[in-house]
Order: sequence, then structure tokens, then C-alpha cells
Amino acid sequence: MSASAQEINNLISQDYKQGFVTELETDTFPPGLDEAVIHRLSKIKNEPEFMLEYRLKAFRHWQTMKSPEWAFVNFEPIDYQAISYYSAPKRKEDGPKSLDEIDPQILEAYKKLGIPLDEQERLAGVAVDAVFDSVSVATTFKGKLKDAGVIFCPISEALREHPDLIKQYLGSVVPHTDNYFAALNAAVFTDGSFVYIPKGVRCPMELSTYFRINAANTGQFERTLIIADEGSHVSYLEGCTAPMRDENQLHAAVVELVAMKDAVIKYSTVQNWYPGDKNGLGGIYNFVTKRADCRGENSKVSWTQVETGSAITWKYPSCVLTGDNSTGEFYSVALTNNYQQADTGTKMIHIGKNTSSTIISKGISAGRAQNTYRGLVKVLKSAENARNYTQCDSLLVGDKCGAHTFPYIEVKQPSAQVEHEATTSKISEDQLFFCQQRGLSAEDAVSMIVNGFCKEVFRELPMEFAVEAQALLGLSLEGSVG
Amino acid sequence: MLQIKDLHVSVGDKAILKGINLEIKPGEIHAIMGPNGSGKSTLSHILSGKSGYTVTGGSVTYQGKDLLDMAPEIRAREGVFLAFQYPVEIPGVSNIYLLKAALNSIRKHQGQSEVDAMDFLTLVKDKVRLLEMDEKFLYRAVNEGFSGGEKKRNEILQMAILEPKLCIMDETDSGLDIDALKIVSEGVNSLRSADRSFVMVTHYQRLLDYIKPDFVHVLAHGQIVKSGGAELALELEEKGYSWVEVDQAAA
Ligand SMILES: Nc1ncnc2c1ncn2[C@@H]1O[C@H](COP(=O)(O)OP(=O)(O)OP(=O)(O)O)[C@@H](O)[C@H]1O
Ligand SMILES: [Mg+2]
Repeated sequence: MSASAQEINNLISQDYKQGFVTELETDTFPPGLDEAVIHRLSKIKNEPEFMLEYRLKAFRHWQTMKSPEWAFVNFEPIDYQAISYYSAPKRKEDGPKSLDEIDPQILEAYKKLGIPLDEQERLAGVAVDAVFDSVSVATTFKGKLKDAGVIFCPISEALREHPDLIKQYLGSVVPHTDNYFAALNAAVFTDGSFVYIPKGVRCPMELSTYFRINAANTGQFERTLIIADEGSHVSYLEGCTAPMRDENQLHAAVVELVAMKDAVIKYSTVQNWYPGDKNGLGGIYNFVTKRADCRGENSKVSWTQVETGSAITWKYPSCVLTGDNSTGEFYSVALTNNYQQADTGTKMIHIGKNTSSTIISKGISAGRAQNTYRGLVKVLKSAENARNYTQCDSLLVGDKCGAHTFPYIEVKQPSAQVEHEATTSKISEDQLFFCQQRGLSAEDAVSMIVNGFCKEVFRELPMEFAVEAQALLGLSLEGSVG
Repeated sequence: MLQIKDLHVSVGDKAILKGINLEIKPGEIHAIMGPNGSGKSTLSHILSGKSGYTVTGGSVTYQGKDLLDMAPEIRAREGVFLAFQYPVEIPGVSNIYLLKAALNSIRKHQGQSEVDAMDFLTLVKDKVRLLEMDEKFLYRAVNEGFSGGEKKRNEILQMAILEPKLCIMDETDSGLDIDALKIVSEGVNSLRSADRSFVMVTHYQRLLDYIKPDFVHVLAHGQIVKSGGAELALELEEKGYSWVEVDQAAA
């Protein structure tokens, strides 16, 4: 029999290939959060004094805030005292590390994830920063990048070695008061990547960070800061995975991008955190604040995301289009299966003249999942001739899932042109039958139809990752049809 | 090749096919005609494995195996092909991608390796030429924005590339212009062989002028009420269906 609606709903199981745990000796803080923990964290990272003060200020502010409730997601309140705020593989001593100092088991773990870190095998043309729980364990191609003048290092290292850049830019796009999770992140962030591309430099290779959560009962608080100086150009990609566990784990990240005059930043994400099992048990809570400031004239930031993992995704990569003629883009595929929930979208804030933004969002729901697009297009009085084009498509697989669209539009400048298109479709039984009649299994058919639906977004991904993203979609949909 | 014995099919509690008997030997061409709503598409769907129908009696044997017991994709891989009366659109999936995925799944089932990229391109371009299509269609999304006639021609392109054993064509001629009908018919004729059989559902003699059937059957009210040779179609064209339906009632 072919996949009838009934059968589409029946067989829902998921196969998560990155769910292994690496057994390691770790330095882990006991669960709990207070000012003493923040002091300890700052100390273990050898941070300058101003950073500790920044963290404490953020922590005090966070304590006055409440967890947001407006998103279309459901979860039990998080007990922040039950989380450990630091966990790192044990090292013999602190200080600069070379690859041979890294625990072979960590190297093995990354290899298993398809991210070989050793010199001979590493990915050609892609520099990788590998963040394992709370610390960066390796950064490849540092020398080659340094020759080009590019700084690509763990943010904890940048705090020590480039304090002036940090002081100038950290928190300048996402202030510590921005929202509940951003405030928490500012207080307790542990690692992430720092990128600085100097004036006129085209970064000679793709930069990427691979985030891995390994330890149990810890939160991962990633902080990434990318600064593209005048006329520079950079393409950055992040990937994320975690073991399969029955408990939910928190990943609360803040990513800030600054694009100066004529600079271009392309930021791509393939997010595949553990989504929980088919009954909705376990999985990562992915609460992320990502924002770009197109500060200079003619600057451009492009966000591309493929979100297939996490039990809950709450993120709105945004662009503040400050510079005249600046451009913001958001291309998104968000796939939810089983009991996953995603509330994601973007904000485009038009401030400068002739600023333009494009939003292409593709939401796919299968199983009993809920998928929400939430987007804001705001055109300020100053943004003469601003333009926005938004296209927001939802695809439903089966009839127990949901898709929701909340576009908010605020226009204060009469010359602005704002266009919004939205569609919702279902994979029809006729489409499935047609593909089966041509010899494809129902699963391959769904995967092919979904990939076709996402084509406009995949086109935006760097080549190597587009292939990975397609394979990932197929995998994430496994079991969504009978 | 195919034996249909006393086949009864219903949708919900509505009986649609009420005892179909049909035997098709390798190399034969059978035309099925009959009034709207008589069950022709239902028969095509049942043979190709579409869900939503209940078989309430009878059997279908294909190459010695119980056809009704096979999943639709297995039937396809075993050589059953349906050219749809209403081909569906698949946005974002290119024609050539679908063709390659389909061909490889069939080859895999038959224990062959994946088709070589160059060989595939040669094969596809060959068939595109056979059906006098523009190569651009290969790179467009499956049937998206295709005209009615283009969709039908695209079905036959898929058939020509997948080389099935049992080709079921549900009103392929409807929607084709005069020239296209000729081209598509010639394409179909070039596929004729001693081990390939055809079931052609049609309303018009015109198609049968180009593709001469060995047998013509008239389906009415869920039964085959008359069978004959190619000349039966000509007679029908002249006298209409009421003639055979009355004939049946009298019998
Ligand atoms: N899913 C369904 N639910 C209810 N009735 C159906 C369903 N599918 C088919 N039928 C009915 O079964 C009968 C046969 O339909 P079918 O499509 O097989 O006819 P056909 O001979 O192909 O007609 P046409 O020449 O118009 O293509 C029709 O009366 C149709 O309304
Ligand atoms: Mg019909």
C-alpha cells in the first residue's frame, strides 16, 4: 500500500547519528549560579578585569528579568540552579595548546562527526574552530589566516589577546539588557569564535565553528563576534550536534556581527542539536540571539540557516540596516518532526536610506511538530526608499503537525516598499503516489519533495554544506512516512 | 504478462469495478474505451497500486506474481508504468533529477549499478529528441507550469527512459494537439517490442490510427461489455457507446 494519510502519521521514528557520548575526564563546576560562579568562570578563563565587571553587570540585570513567554513554544520552567555552567575536558596545564596536546578521544569524536582536525586530514579550504562543551579545543589554519591578517580564534583567547577589539565591539550589537537569554549569556558565556577581517581583506577561506555538547547537565553558552572592517569579505559557517540524552539541555547563544562600509558577511548555520526522541523526551533547548549591524554604507549581511535539530528552537537572526544602501538577507529552512517545536524568523530594521532586505523562509512540519515563522520588518522614518521582500512558505507532512506565520510590519517611511508572500502546502498523496509509481520509496519521495521545496535556500549555502544539509533533511525526515 | 480475473473494486461502499476479466500477453496492445466515469482510471490506479481503493474480489497476476500484493514502488521497479491522466506538479524538483532517481531505483532493484552520469545524459537527450521536446524541460521542475499537452508528453518521456514492461497510458492523447499526438504516438511505437505490452485508455479513434491496437475493450458501469479487434473502435466512433451498452442489456 502507498503512504496514506493514516500511515504518514503512524510510523514516526527518528535516527540521530551524532548521539554518541565521549567518555572524558573533565573539569566541571557543580550545578548552580551565583556571583561566585561568575568570578570563578572569569578566573579560570584568565579574563581581564573589565570582562568580569561586564559579566556581573549582566548577571544582576538578568536577575531582574523574566523568561519570555510570547513564543509559540511550550516547556517546563528551566531550573537554572540545576545546570552546571562550565565543563571542559581536563588538560595538563593551561596555556596555548597544539593539536598533539588534545585528548585523542576528542579528535576521534570530531572525526566521527566528519570534522577531522589533524593536519593531514582537515577540510581543504575551511578553517575550523572546534568548541567542545565550554571550551574551544582546536582552531585549524590559524597560521595561514594570520598571514592574510585575519584573526580567527576562540573568543576566550581574544579576550586576553585583543581586549581592545572586544571592549569596542562586544555587546555593541546585542546589549546585555537585550533579552532574558542574552543577559544570561553575557553573564556566563564560555566560548565561541572571534573573527576580525581587516580593511580590504577577502578572507582566503571559509571559516567555521563546530559546536559540540558532550557533558551531561551542563548548559552551553556560546558567544560569537565577527567584525568585518571596511571593504572586507568573509563567509562563516557553524555546525552543532549533541549526544542523545533523556534530559533537556540548554544552549543559549549570542552571535554579533558588525559589517563596516562595503563589507560583506555571509553567515551560515547547519543546526542539528539532538532533537529528542520520537516521544518528545530529551533534546536541546536552542535559545539564540543573533544580530548583525550593517553599520557602514553598502554593507551586506546574509544569514542562511538550516535548522533540523533541537527540541525547541527560538531564534531570530536579524539585521539592523544602519548604513545607507546596506542589505540584509535571511534564508531559512526549519524542519520539525515528532514533538519538536520551532519559533524562528528574523527582524529587519531599516534605518539608513535605500536599505533593502530579503527574507525567504521555508518551514517544514512533520509528525506532531509545531513550526512557527515570526518576522518583523521595521522601516524607520529615516529609511527613505527602503525595500523588503518576504516570502514565507510552509509545508506540512501528515495532518498532526502545525505551521504558523506571524509577520509583523511597521513602516514609518511612506516611500518604503514592503512585499509579503506566504503559502502553506501539504505533500499530497498524489505527489507521493506519482513518485512511488516512478520507483521511489515513500521516504525518498518525501525527502525529494522537501528538498525541492527548500531549493531557494540551499542555493545560498556554500557548496560543501549544501550537500550536507540535503542529506540531513533526508535523515531528519526518516520515519515521517509509512 | 497480466491476468485480471473477476476483479471487483470499490471506494468506500461504492462499487466501481464489478468483475473485470482481461488477459494481456507480451507484446500486445490493448485499448480500453468507455464512457466517462465507467472505471477506466480506477483500473489503471488499481494496477499501479494507488491507495484509497478496496479490492473486494478477484485477482491480478503480473509475470506470475500476485500484483495486488506488491507495494506501488515495487510494481514500478518490476516494470509497471502508469502515464497519468492528470500528472502532478512537484515544485523545486527538476525533471532530470526525478528521472535519474527513478532510473536508479529501478536499476538497483534489478541488481544493476547506478547509471553512469554521461550514459544517463546521452540516454535522456536521445529520448528528448525522440519526443521532439526542448532540452530546457529537463531542468524545469516536474510539470510545474507545463501546459496540459506538455505534461502528457513529459509522461511519455519518463516512460521512454524507464523502459517498463507493462505500459499503462491513461488518456495520454487528451490534451495533445494534432502534431504532438503524432510525435508522441511515434515515440510509443518505437517502444513496441515483443516483450513489452500496452494498455491504452482513450476516448478517440485518432490515437488508434497511429498506434494500432491488437484488442479493443469497452468498459461500461465497471465491466468490460464488449471486446474486439481494432475495427471495434471504428464501429464505436460511428455508433457511440449506447450501441454496446444496449447490446449488453439485451444479452
Ligand atoms: N475516491 C473516490 N470517491 C468516490 N468516487 C470515486 C472515487 N474515485 C473514483 N470514483 C468514481 O468512480 C467512477 C469511475 O471513475 P474513473 O475515474 O475510474 O472513471 P473513468 O472511466 O476514468 O472516467 P473518465 O473517462 O472521465 O476519465 C466515477 O463515477 C467516479 O466518480
Ligand atoms: Mg479517467
